[in-house]
Amino acid sequence: MEPIRKFSGRLVPLPINDIDTDQIIPARYLKVTDKAGLGAACFTDWRYEADGTPKPDFIMNQPEYQGGTILIGGHNFGCGSSREHAPWALMGAGFKAVISTYFADIFRNNALKNGLLPIVVDEATHRQLISLAQEDPQTQVTVDLATQTLTLPDGRAVTFPIDAFSKECLLKGVDQLGFLLDLEAEIAHYERENPARVNTLG
Amino acid sequence: MTAQTLFEKVWNQHIVQPGGEGLPAVLYIDLHLVHEVTSPQAFTLLREKGLKVRRPDKTLATMDHSTPTTPRGIDGVIPVTDAQAAAQLEVMRKNAADFGIPLYDLGTRNQGIVHVIGPEQGLTQPGMTIVCGDSHTSTHGAFGALAFGIGTSEVAHVLATQCLLQYKPKTMAVRVDGRLHPGVTAKDIILAIIAKIGVGGGTGYVFEYMGEAIRALSMEGRMTICNMSIEGGARAGMVSPDETTFEWVAGRPYAPKGADWDRALARWRTLPTDDGAVFDNEVVLDADQLTPMITYGTNPGMGMPITATVPDPDQVGDVSAKMALDKALKYMDLQPGQPLLGKPVDVVFIGSCTNSRIGDLREAARLMRGRKVADGVRVMVVPGSQQVKAQAEAEGLDRIFKEAGAEWREAGCSMCIAMNGDQLAPGQYAISTSNRNFEGRQGKGGRTFLASPLTAAATAINGVITDPRQLVLEMA
Ligand code: SF4
Repeated sequence: MEPIRKFSGRLVPLPINDIDTDQIIPARYLKVTDKAGLGAACFTDWRYEADGTPKPDFIMNQPEYQGGTILIGGHNFGCGSSREHAPWALMGAGFKAVISTYFADIFRNNALKNGLLPIVVDEATHRQLISLAQEDPQTQVTVDLATQTLTLPDGRAVTFPIDAFSKECLLKGVDQLGFLLDLEAEIAHYERENPARVNTLG
Repeated sequence: MTAQTLFEKVWNQHIVQPGGEGLPAVLYIDLHLVHEVTSPQAFTLLREKGLKVRRPDKTLATMDHSTPTTPRGIDGVIPVTDAQAAAQLEVMRKNAADFGIPLYDLGTRNQGIVHVIGPEQGLTQPGMTIVCGDSHTSTHGAFGALAFGIGTSEVAHVLATQCLLQYKPKTMAVRVDGRLHPGVTAKDIILAIIAKIGVGGGTGYVFEYMGEAIRALSMEGRMTICNMSIEGGARAGMVSPDETTFEWVAGRPYAPKGADWDRALARWRTLPTDDGAVFDNEVVLDADQLTPMITYGTNPGMGMPITATVPDPDQVGDVSAKMALDKALKYMDLQPGQPLLGKPVDVVFIGSCTNSRIGDLREAARLMRGRKVADGVRVMVVPGSQQVKAQAEAEGLDRIFKEAGAEWREAGCSMCIAMNGDQLAPGQYAISTSNRNFEGRQGKGGRTFLASPLTAAATAINGVITDPRQLVLEMA
């Protein structure tokens, strides 16, 4: 994984509440056994007509918003299915961060494990960012993970929460599995103290 | 000792290393369920890193999501015609074989929806931690287990280490007082709870369902409720185990036996939430006030009593909630103020991990016995597992459904997720006993009304959305 530190990007406003992971990537695209190519299907039913032509109204199809790397969703982004294909698809479509007032628990976990930053802001900032992005598609913000700040075009910086462990992993560009693998002794100890409660191989 | 909740007890018993100072806790996982859709990339990671599955004996794989449910050919084999699905199933077989994980392969006697087979086999037991790369893992909480869905990266974590990194969630008591009226079911309770708190209302929480109405439910009813915890935003939902729980587990293939059973029972009896234990939040519902519920919109929180009318976006104060409702009604092609009773449907789907157990099928069959499905309506009855299917056939339920004109299918997720050939055509309306009415969930452009098996069966007979209470009373 690439380390994440500081980056700037343009905003793509999609201010719909409760965007579920079925919209981000419909189930019919989950018959894959790798992560490649999911970006092309990101929001596919909102993005394309049945014959594959882009729907001109959809934000990701509007020329002014091409190249935007920071998606702003409505409240409760990423609810529903646990599919990690959702952050894979968003990243495949070029997004590096998603902004909302709050995220569904599983989506947030999945995003953090892949280096897609879930940025939680308060409602006032959320509204401000949406109108800035809608009024001027060139609106650019800067994300600094080390200081946990999001800097708006007017220079105002808001801080966003992220747990210290995920932050450390993202700054270093390491996955979280290594941390668990290093706990071999502790895990073995737990297993000795807590005999099996279940055995599926009987 | 301070009074503890069920959740706190189970959590504390599984701490390998406590969290703190910015670090998550390391939680030991007792049972890891695996299916073909969310696991392939995790096994790839294990191969890349040269890792083994740490505890194949605490891991069980099945096939359910991309599997067809079309009846077997004369050779007894379920045909897989979708090449991509066939390849995905083949990868599951290879991964299970290479890593030594038991697999309930397509069409074999124990195969089924991952959340149906765990309890059915007696693998799901009180006090356990259970995970699966699937958000409806919350189902298993009905037994007093801490069970929740994880992503594919976390699937790899559990495969490799049998552990997960977790921050401790908050707890919410969901109390359902009173008694259900005839024709009103567990599904209506959970749809009413989600309509009340919204699809994000439980974010950050683990629910514990309690109260007279929950105690009175069968294990199957409790599973239906815990199943949909995630639709209220909660990763897990639990019910303190009681005699109903123990009775259900006893004698199942993987349930403890003999002296082991006595020891397990003694331990399980210590699990229920203590009197005076404190929850971070509480919701209360009165079962006496409940009617059959139905959804009108495009998330499970957009639900109402079946006798109500579709809400008016102009009456919604919050701007973004109004936009969401506008968008949903446009997708559903419904008008504000319109009643749903009497609305024609194209498809009736009875199945999914919410409502495909034997009890659900018995309820539906009770209404459909000796009756015919309305002309022009496609009715699919999809058992949750091969075991459920065999039991239903032993009871003659399959004949009741078939004689009524319904399709009797093989076990799987089927039209709940529309990635296996079972799906709605664009614009079609379905009444469905599944858990998600998201846009396109049951097929691109398809429109879903979520409801109970009784409501679905009554609707199948009349061909239009029907309140099941009249039929239920007539039969009593
Ligand atoms: S039945 Fe539906 S909700 Fe349940 S596991 Fe299958 S796809 Fe998921």
